[in-house]
Amino acid sequence: MSNPAQKIWLHRFAVLTALATLGLVGMGGLVTSHGVGMAVPDWPTSYGYNMFALPISTWFTGGVFHEHTHRLWASWVGVLVVALTRWLGGSKSRLPLIVTGLAEIIAGLLLLRLGADWKGAGHFLSGIGSVVLLAGILWVKHEPATRPLPALGWWAFALVQLQGLLGGLRVVLDAQVVASVRLGTALGIFHGCLGQIFLVLLCVIALLTSRWWQVGVQALACSADTLKRELQPSAPLRRLMLATTILIFLQLIIAATMRHQHAGLAIPDFPLAYGKLWPDASTEAVARYNAQRLEIGGENPITSFQIILQMAHRGMAVLILVGVAACAWKAKSSSNARPHPGPLPRERENGSSVLARFTMFWLALVFVQIGLGAWTIWSNKAADVATAHVLVGALSLVTGALASIICFARFTGNTETRVADFSNATPLREVSI
Amino acid sequence: MKLNSLTIIAAALAAGLTSAVAGNITGKVTLKGTPPAEKEITQLKDDANCGKMHTEPVKTRFYVVGAGGELADTVVMLKGISGKSTGASATPLIVDQKGCEYSPYVGAVQTGQSIVIKNSDPVLHNVHTQPTVAGNEELNKAQMAGGADLTFNFGKAENFLKFKCDVHPWMFSYVTVCDHPYFAVTGKDGTFTIKDVPAGEYTIVALHRKAAAAGMEQKVTVTAEGAKADFTLEVK
Repeated sequence: MSNPAQKIWLHRFAVLTALATLGLVGMGGLVTSHGVGMAVPDWPTSYGYNMFALPISTWFTGGVFHEHTHRLWASWVGVLVVALTRWLGGSKSRLPLIVTGLAEIIAGLLLLRLGADWKGAGHFLSGIGSVVLLAGILWVKHEPATRPLPALGWWAFALVQLQGLLGGLRVVLDAQVVASVRLGTALGIFHGCLGQIFLVLLCVIALLTSRWWQVGVQALACSADTLKRELQPSAPLRRLMLATTILIFLQLIIAATMRHQHAGLAIPDFPLAYGKLWPDASTEAVARYNAQRLEIGGENPITSFQIILQMAHRGMAVLILVGVAACAWKAKSSSNARPHPGPLPRERENGSSVLARFTMFWLALVFVQIGLGAWTIWSNKAADVATAHVLVGALSLVTGALASIICFARFTGNTETRVADFSNATPLREVSI
Repeated sequence: MKLNSLTIIAAALAAGLTSAVAGNITGKVTLKGTPPAEKEITQLKDDANCGKMHTEPVKTRFYVVGAGGELADTVVMLKGISGKSTGASATPLIVDQKGCEYSPYVGAVQTGQSIVIKNSDPVLHNVHTQPTVAGNEELNKAQMAGGADLTFNFGKAENFLKFKCDVHPWMFSYVTVCDHPYFAVTGKDGTFTIKDVPAGEYTIVALHRKAAAAGMEQKVTVTAEGAKADFTLEVK
C-alpha cells in the first residue's frame, strides 16, 4: 500500500472500528449490569421481528432497549470489521470473502430447511454471508496492508462472527445445563472475555496502521544491531509488562465470572469484607448473609465460592497496581537515562520516552479503576458505575497489551522496502528515544 | 348370618368415617425483631412507562409485617407428604402483572396445577421462570400489552420458584410448588388455614424467603376439630 492518503484513512477507519467496539463492550456491560440479558427472549429475531425492523415502541421498553441496542450495535461493528478485513487484505481478500460469504449463505439456507428450531441460526448465517459476499464483490481494488495486518484483519473477521454467534447462543441456550454447568452463564462469561480480546485485537490493528508505528518503529528496523539492542526496553521491563497485562486479563475473567452469576454483590462493604479483613465464608455465615440481603433486582443467593472470588478480585487488583506502578517506574527510569536530544515531530519519537508516557497513563487508569471498583460496592452495584468499571478495565487491558507490543517490538528483519513507503521515514540517528 | 352382614356394614362405615375425618389447621405467623426498612425501587420510578403508573413510591416486599408483627407471604405446609397432588383438577393460581409489579408476590400451588400469568399493564413484559429443581422447566416467554394469558405448570415440588421479568428487572413473584394440597400462604394478618387435612400426626413447616428460607418446623396432631399451629419467626 503506497498511497499515503489511503494509509491515513485506513488508520482512521481502524480507530473508528476500535472505538465502536469499545462502545459495544460498554453496551454489553450495561446489559449485564442491568440484568436484562434475557429481556429479548428470541434471537436473531427480536420479539419475532427481523432484528432491524423491531418497532421503536418495543425497542424503547425497559431492558429491551439495552439488549436490542447491543444487538444492533454489534451488527454495525460486524459490518465495520468486514470492511476493515477487506481493506487490510486488499484485492487478495476478495476471493476468500466471496467464498466465505457464499458458504455462509448456503449453510444458512440449509439450516432454514432443518426446521423451526434452526430458523434463527439460519437467518443469522445467511445475513452475515450476504454482507461478506457484498464486501468481496463491491469493494474497490487496492494493495494489501503490510504484514501482519492482513492476517490480523482475518482474525478480527473470525472473532466478530464467533462473538455474534456466542451472543446469540447465550440467549437461546440460556437454560440448558451441560455437565452441571448452565450454558447461559458459561457462554456469557466466554462472550464477555472474548469481547475484551476482540477489542485488544482491533486496537492493535489501529496501532499498527498508525503513522507513528510505521515510521518510527520500522525506521528503527534499519538501524545497526548494537544500537537496536540499546534502544530496546530492558528484558525485565518487557517481562513485567507482559506479566502485568496477563494479570489484568485474568482479573477480567474473574470479573466476568462474578458478573454473570447474577448474584449482585457477594461482599457488600469495602475496604473490609463483612466487617473483617477476611470474611467468614462458612455455610452458616452465607445463609445469614443471604437472609440479610435486600436485593432489589432479585439476585440469586450468594455462595461461599462467590465470596472467595470477590476476595481474589480484590487481591488481584493489588497485584496489578503493584505491577503497573513498577512498569511505570522502570519505564520512567529508562527514559531519564536516555535524554531526549531535542524536539522532533511526534511520529518520530520512539522507544522508552513513549513507553514512559504510556505506562504513566496505564497507572492512572488503574487508580481510576480501583476507585470505580470501590464505588461499585458503595453504590450497591449501580449499573452505570459498574459499567464504567467494565469499560476502564477494558481500557487497562488494551493499554497493557499495546505497551507490551511496543516493548516486544524486535525491530528486526528487512523492512527497508516498507520504510521507503513513507516519504517522512528517517534514519535511526534522527529518531529520538 | 344377618349379624355378620350388619357387622361388616358397620365396620365398613366406621372405616369410611375414620378416613373421612379431617380438620383444618389454622394458625398465625408472627415476626420477632425489627426487619430492615424496605427500599424504594428507584428503577421502577425512573422507567418511562412504569414510573407513571404509580403516584406513591413503590418499595420492595421482603417483610410484609403488621403492627403486631403479623407476617404475610409465609408459605405454611405439611412436610413429608408426596404423591397426593390433585393439581390437575385444582383451580389455577392467577398471577397478574399490574403497575410493573407481580401480584401476588408469594403464592403456592400443587404439582401439575396451572399458574396463569396475566398482563394488565399497557407495556410488554417477559415471563421468565427460573426453577432450581431438575424436572421443572425454565421458560422465557414474551407477553405483549393486552396479550393472551400465559399458563405454566411444574411437575416437581420446589420452594419459592422464581418468576421474573427481564424487561423490568425488579419484577418478581415466588411460587412454591407442593406435591399435595395441604398448604397455605399467610395474609397480611399473618393467619393461615390449611383445609381438610386427614386426621393424624404431621410435621408442619413455615417458609419465609428471608426470615425462614430453610423452614421452621413443628409437630401437629389433626383431629375432627382441626388443629392449631402458630409460628414465631425471627429477623436474621
